[in-house]
Amino acid sequence: MASLEVSRSPLSSRRELEVRSTRQDKYSVLLPTYNERENLPLIVWLLVKSFSESGINYEIIIIDDGSPDGTKDVAEQLEKIYGSDRILLRPREKKLGLGTAYIHGMKHATGNYIIIMDADLSHHPKFVPEFIRKQKEGNFDIVSGTRYKGNGGVYGWDLKRKIIRLYRKEVLEKLIEKCVSKGYVFQMEMIVRARQLNYTIGEVPISFVDRVYGESKLGGNEIVSFLRGLLTLFATT
Amino acid sequence: MTKLAQWLWGLAILGSTWAALTTGALGLELPLSCQEVLWPLPAYLLVSAGCYALGTVGYRVATFHDCEDAARELQSQIQEARADLARRGLRF
Repeated sequence: MASLEVSRSPLSSRRELEVRSTRQDKYSVLLPTYNERENLPLIVWLLVKSFSESGINYEIIIIDDGSPDGTKDVAEQLEKIYGSDRILLRPREKKLGLGTAYIHGMKHATGNYIIIMDADLSHHPKFVPEFIRKQKEGNFDIVSGTRYKGNGGVYGWDLKRKIIRLYRKEVLEKLIEKCVSKGYVFQMEMIVRARQLNYTIGEVPISFVDRVYGESKLGGNEIVSFLRGLLTLFATT
Repeated sequence: MTKLAQWLWGLAILGSTWAALTTGALGLELPLSCQEVLWPLPAYLLVSAGCYALGTVGYRVATFHDCEDAARELQSQIQEARADLARRGLRF
């Protein structure tokens, strides 16, 4: 699989990434979906574009929890377009929760790195190669996106906790095993456990774009949930 | 030990030290200036912590980056994606 094409991308980063990642590195993106019929094709297209432009070996695992809006149909069309070696459909009958979605997805993942992100375009897949680069740079076990450092930021005020992270597969398996909370609190708990287990964590500044900016999303509910989650973690870890 | 337990322990130790010193239970004769500072210390520390927290949050909110470029870029890429996918046979 010698890569002698030099004209595909003017960026030296592409060759840099190819040289540094070994032939065996493969990145599995886990995309749990629920009613993402409109967003799913877009995020898959952007992911494919980012990975192809950087010459990264990847697969995208779509875990749909019986979405009533036909997300699964769209996923099947994407599988036909991009191939079943790149788009893996592993749906479930009904909404069974995020944690179990990740476990289910990981069982079918053939990559040695797992990327977890939301399917609703809250994070742009263009950052994924940066995550990969950062991970190689510091040999990190986990790389997390942050809106608060560097040139990270937001467009639109959505307080929902959106998380995008890259994990070594065995690290994610270990952490999921140890975590006990439910919902998005468990994503927070994963970082707490990771620190307890002395895993190394890197950060990449990312931008979050709220596509439906203009609709008010500031809800006290979200703040309350976050504080409750924080207190729960404080008292249990 | 959970973080909560650690904090409770720490507060218990500091609290009992402060109480012992301010009530003279240890029989120590502290100079008056020390006693004057020691007595309101917990309240003072609490208020300072609150001010620091509010100040930090305020500063961070004020300096939060606004990504207009990212929003524009995303919108144009969405157009591109829809066109390309439609060409490849995706029925939206």
